[in-house]
Amino acid sequence: MTEAVSKLPILQDPGDCHAEWRRPEAAAAPLELAAVRERLAAGRGPRYWRSLEEVAATPEFAQMLEREFPRFAAEWPSDVSRRNFLQLAAAGLGLAGLTACTRQPIEKIVPYVRQPEELVPGRPLLFATAMPLVGRAVPLLAESHEGRPTKVEGNPEHAASGGATSAIAQASVLGLYDPDRSQAPVYLGRAATWQEFDRQLGVVMGAQAGSGGAGLRLLTGPVTSPTEAAAIQGLLASYPQAKWHRWDPLHEDRALAGSLAAFGRALDVRYDLAKADVVLALDSDFLVGGAGAVRYARDFAARRKVTPEASGMNRLYVAEASPSATGTMADHRLALRPSQFPQLVLALAAALGVPGSSAPAGLDAATRRWSEAAARDLAAHRGRSLVIAGEALSAAAHAVVHAINAALGAAGETAIYSEAAEVDPVDAGASLAALTADLRAGQVDVLLVAGVNPVYDAPAGLDFASAINNGRTFTAHLGLHADETAELCRWHLPAAHYLESWGDARAFDGSVCLIQPLIEPLYGGRSLAEVVAAAGGRAGASGFDLLREQWQALSDDDFRRALHDGFVAGTEPPALAPEPGAGVAAALAELASAAPAEGFELALRPDPSVLDGRFANNGWLQECPKPITKLTWDNVLLLSPRSAQEIGASNEQVVDIEVAGRRLRAPAWILPGQPDGVATLHLGYGRARGGRVAEGCGVNAFALQGSTAEWNLQGASLAPADEKRPLACTQGHYAIEGWLEEESHEAERRHLVREASLEQYRADPAFVRAADEKHIDATTSFAPGFDYGQGYAWGMTIDLNACTGCNACVVACVAENNIPVVGRDQVRRGREMQWIRVDRYFRGGLDEPEAIVHQPVLCMQCEQAPCETVCPVAATTHSSEGLNDMVYNRCVGTRYCANNCPYKVRRFNFLLYQDWETPQLKLARNPDVTVRSRGVMEKCTYCVQRINHARIEAERERRTIRDGEARTACQQACPADAIVFGNLNDPEARVTKSKRDPRNYALLAELGTRPRTTYLAIVRNPNPELAG
Amino acid sequence: MSVADPPRHPVVPRDPPVLAPGHTAASVTDKISSVVFGKMPVWFYAGMAVAFGGVMMLLLSLTKLVFTGIGIWGNNQPVGWAFDIINFVWWIGIGHAGTLISAILLLLRQEWRTSINRFAEAMTLFAVACAVIYPLFHTGRPWLAVYWLLPYPNTMGMWPNFRSPLIWDVFAVSTYGSVSLLFWYIGLIPDLGTLRDKAKNLWQKRIYGTLSMGWRGSARHWHNYEQAYLLLAGLSTPLVLSVHSVVSFDFASGQIPGWHTTIFPPYFVAGAVFAGFAMVITLALPLRRLFGLQDFITDKHLDNMSKVMLVTGLIVAYGYLMEAFTSWYSGNIFETYVMKNRLEGPYRWLYYSLLVCNVLAVQPLWFRRVRYSPLAIWAISMFVNVGMWLERFVIIPMSLHRDFLPSSWDMYYPTAWDFSTFFGTIGLFLALMFLFIRVFPAIAIFEMRTLTPEAKVKEPAH
Repeated sequence: MTEAVSKLPILQDPGDCHAEWRRPEAAAAPLELAAVRERLAAGRGPRYWRSLEEVAATPEFAQMLEREFPRFAAEWPSDVSRRNFLQLAAAGLGLAGLTACTRQPIEKIVPYVRQPEELVPGRPLLFATAMPLVGRAVPLLAESHEGRPTKVEGNPEHAASGGATSAIAQASVLGLYDPDRSQAPVYLGRAATWQEFDRQLGVVMGAQAGSGGAGLRLLTGPVTSPTEAAAIQGLLASYPQAKWHRWDPLHEDRALAGSLAAFGRALDVRYDLAKADVVLALDSDFLVGGAGAVRYARDFAARRKVTPEASGMNRLYVAEASPSATGTMADHRLALRPSQFPQLVLALAAALGVPGSSAPAGLDAATRRWSEAAARDLAAHRGRSLVIAGEALSAAAHAVVHAINAALGAAGETAIYSEAAEVDPVDAGASLAALTADLRAGQVDVLLVAGVNPVYDAPAGLDFASAINNGRTFTAHLGLHADETAELCRWHLPAAHYLESWGDARAFDGSVCLIQPLIEPLYGGRSLAEVVAAAGGRAGASGFDLLREQWQALSDDDFRRALHDGFVAGTEPPALAPEPGAGVAAALAELASAAPAEGFELALRPDPSVLDGRFANNGWLQECPKPITKLTWDNVLLLSPRSAQEIGASNEQVVDIEVAGRRLRAPAWILPGQPDGVATLHLGYGRARGGRVAEGCGVNAFALQGSTAEWNLQGASLAPADEKRPLACTQGHYAIEGWLEEESHEAERRHLVREASLEQYRADPAFVRAADEKHIDATTSFAPGFDYGQGYAWGMTIDLNACTGCNACVVACVAENNIPVVGRDQVRRGREMQWIRVDRYFRGGLDEPEAIVHQPVLCMQCEQAPCETVCPVAATTHSSEGLNDMVYNRCVGTRYCANNCPYKVRRFNFLLYQDWETPQLKLARNPDVTVRSRGVMEKCTYCVQRINHARIEAERERRTIRDGEARTACQQACPADAIVFGNLNDPEARVTKSKRDPRNYALLAELGTRPRTTYLAIVRNPNPELAG
Repeated sequence: MSVADPPRHPVVPRDPPVLAPGHTAASVTDKISSVVFGKMPVWFYAGMAVAFGGVMMLLLSLTKLVFTGIGIWGNNQPVGWAFDIINFVWWIGIGHAGTLISAILLLLRQEWRTSINRFAEAMTLFAVACAVIYPLFHTGRPWLAVYWLLPYPNTMGMWPNFRSPLIWDVFAVSTYGSVSLLFWYIGLIPDLGTLRDKAKNLWQKRIYGTLSMGWRGSARHWHNYEQAYLLLAGLSTPLVLSVHSVVSFDFASGQIPGWHTTIFPPYFVAGAVFAGFAMVITLALPLRRLFGLQDFITDKHLDNMSKVMLVTGLIVAYGYLMEAFTSWYSGNIFETYVMKNRLEGPYRWLYYSLLVCNVLAVQPLWFRRVRYSPLAIWAISMFVNVGMWLERFVIIPMSLHRDFLPSSWDMYYPTAWDFSTFFGTIGLFLALMFLFIRVFPAIAIFEMRTLTPEAKVKEPAH
């Protein structure tokens, strides 16, 4: 559109026409030819003249120019004539109009030729779709504003979501509009066309036809999609000698191997946390990471919303090698070195009577006590208990955990087994290694890489880059970004985003979700199925054709129904009741023979925000503070306080890491709760290619891996270097000595997060009141209150017992409210813009913190708001429904309101943070929310635009807004259903009932601000055996 | 008092005169007006060049600020106010001495005020000019703030929020600025007449003639003048107390621990007088030395100003003590933490520097010998200038950087633009001072003439 604007005819600058303008000097004088000659000769360079009079600069000529109508009587010198007056008046009016001139974009309004059905401008439409992630589908509803998807919500009808989403799903919308997405096919570094690619591919595939595709290789991520599988199998059928390789750093290779070892076949296991009374998680972040996390968080949290009477509270044990969000929810958390997990698993197996197991010898007393107590607890709840193994555990440990669950009677109860949803499941690491070997051996003529980036994320020991960059293989890479792999391939092809393509995939429970596009591909990208089908000789087959073909068994009505619902009903695989087989004994033996680790252990884990780097170019995720460290924009080497002291590293200090001859430099970060002797480094950073946002963030942890994709490395040596790398942390300034201790200590003294054990809670349901300030009546005030009469009075509660700190609310709020990304430097300066933040506090000592707690903080919408009184221009005022409205166009930016806010929830546009230029980002914005400019204060509005949508609906139907009809973005996204919002004037509203919960307390109530957002205190359920 | 008495103690007289002996009306007039009409020494131009450089730096900084945003400063969440408001309060405080000297000391008939009131008033005006730059330019959208903070009838039917202390500031500072300007100008009129009469150059005659508004020195003129001057002095007197009280409400009526204190109004006023006298000393001593005005600004002045500084310094010290006491006595965890953070927090060295500058450094003024040593009191005044700036740092960013929720704590670090803006306003202040010295009599000529013996003779006995 900008191009079109620049091509519009521009009025010629009037200054040009008057370049030769002269004032008349005297009465008419004769034309002197000599003078004319002289003037012409004296001029430098070519000069064009209109008449001799002009060159001679005669007064007549000047006069002629001056007159609009030369042959009529002169008007100017006389007194103001009618004509002059009108001219002046017109000019004056015109100039007056200029004062209002700002550069307005030219917009063309074109009516629909055919009005699309159901489309009402200003009213969003929701479409069911699904986001593929590591091959699995995340069922979603995408919100479309006039054809632009701007926001996603969870698909409430699907078991995997229940309406909630993860932070990553929320951020995927920005991925669609990412201006760094590749926009055209690239051949050897130059822009090319799909036609060119199709032609070339046809030639090379033709050459393969003779050998049955012996030189043809396809490399994709794990596939659960029936349509993609059909396309791939179609290709393999045409080229029987061709090979299909799989790679994905997040593919659960060890879980797969464990399943093969235990049961002899590939099975998926999913958990029913609604049934589980006692859960033990072994290095598993199951509440936040993984395909089923949203569902698990919901089921788990439902069992934590305790009332004094109910007895249904579950208990969670977590043993982990690095603090995770799941670990913060634990009733008993054990920080354990990765090398000690085999012994822990053995101890549990022995205690729970797994046949053939014996207690290990090397377990230290504390761990033994912990494991024995946990085992007794698990055994006591047979059939209602569960052990969850994380992907970081070895295959043998996974196998033994299957046996433990069998011994606990969990199989079929809390652990549901089913046939693997993945098509032809293989060990991705081994598959990639085989491909690398073939590439090196020169056996690969054609390699299609789709949706993966092995040049960046393959284990460094494989050196996949040199293998693929061999000069003879015809390589083509299909991806959203021109990433590291794209750079080494002959062809790079832009992939279609899931919001612009057709497809399907299986969710965590194995049911098939349909992916339907909400927008035409922005850059003509194609989906994996389309490209593979084209390679298989079905050029031109559209994604929709392929999908419909795959589901031809469904009638048109059924297919439409499935599209509407977002999933095909009845496609979940049946639950199985497998028996662990002989492989368990071998697994037990393998665990028993695991050697204790020497030196520092290095735990490589997917990053909580950007995973393995596939979301590294997503600014919303990069700027989202990581759940425990609250760091943004970088990965760090996490060290326990003792380990840091031991090697002499401080926060931000660069540490030289060496493992088996591989070196890396990463900044250190001290994290209480990290086991001693273990350094954790998150994957997904140090991208060399892949977009402006991704590049220059953090270090590449894959560079430390050997030839296999191990997550636990041993024998690392760490040496602090004399260098600091500035990091952007949103909470605290830990470069300053003693900050963390001070922060934790003060948070506890101020009773910001209130916590009790279940026993204490039963004994004293009103335990939260104990921490209230006794001498202050928070309800007294000099100021007259507000009367809400029979109208609405909005309010919110946040259940801290349910909150996992997963950040879904943070990113949902960013997406809903057009919150800008400010970048590392601005975050470092303390200017991040997110309206909701999740505060994290450590409780207890620095070395073994008793607990890590989360507290989401957003605008409290105080009844007696300190911000409202101090604004000199009345830009923040109290609404008739109790909200603290922020009037952006009235705000002059004194920042007094932010200073006076005790909760520090106000955010100021210190610079022009919004991108006003990039056209793609304009499409991504929510049209219902003002885009704020520089110099303006902003903050949480309780999603007032959503309240107003609900109000319009309600008023059309002549009723009041129903409870749950207006939902804030954070509430809607929250997997744990920790946030409840509604009308406090409605005695039956969920929020009103929630406020009556004895756990309900207000943050800093003693200030008399009377916040409308209140918190439900944490209640933990410790095992009495381990207490004290 | 017999002014003509020979000094009894040649080194440090017991009670030195406010005007050195031997002066007549003519000599006073010549001496003071020579600064305006005479040739300026080299240092004047050098100093003016430096100060003008500062003005250019200020213009550059403000231009950059308006085009880029407050983000060029170090302000952040939670420290929304930092150098901007520190400097605002600091400059407003400095302005106080001028009004105090001109108004209150006039009403109290303190003769010694005569030789310093003129430039102290000028100092007030220039300090207010420097101060008002900050609240305007520190806003995110100064092009709107410049008039939205004023109550004016408009089509939106919007008034400013009269509950906001910033609106009170607008009224307090603008009243203060305009009354100070009037007071200063009216006080100048008789001297402008003198300058007009002494001027040799036609343009000087015209300009001074216009500015002197037809002053002829008739009895009626003098009568009206005295009336107006006294009235304005009466008007200004409450302003001395009100302005800084209102400025202190910005903080005292806020919610933040370290701000929310009832002691602030008197403590701010005392601090302002303290800072103002320090700045008068900082400027007067070099001026007196460089222009040889020792006869007019005598040791008596140094002594009196030192005493005022000592007294207000002690009030300020009492304020610090009471802050510490109440934070302990209140038992309020937030208040106690503020004190703990001052004593042990990351900015503790600034708090200790503040105590050294504002409490320890002024204690030598108990000694007479120190009060009569220009070098010593000039050094002390510099300590106070720095100390009063630090006091505002302690109150503003140090209270904000660690308030209620530890999760939101952060550090504040100023940027180069913070400093360039600050030094830029110092440059502006000095440049205005230089211009003032050059074009107006820095000491009130006609008032000094009343101190000469010939004036005394005609004075009727009280």
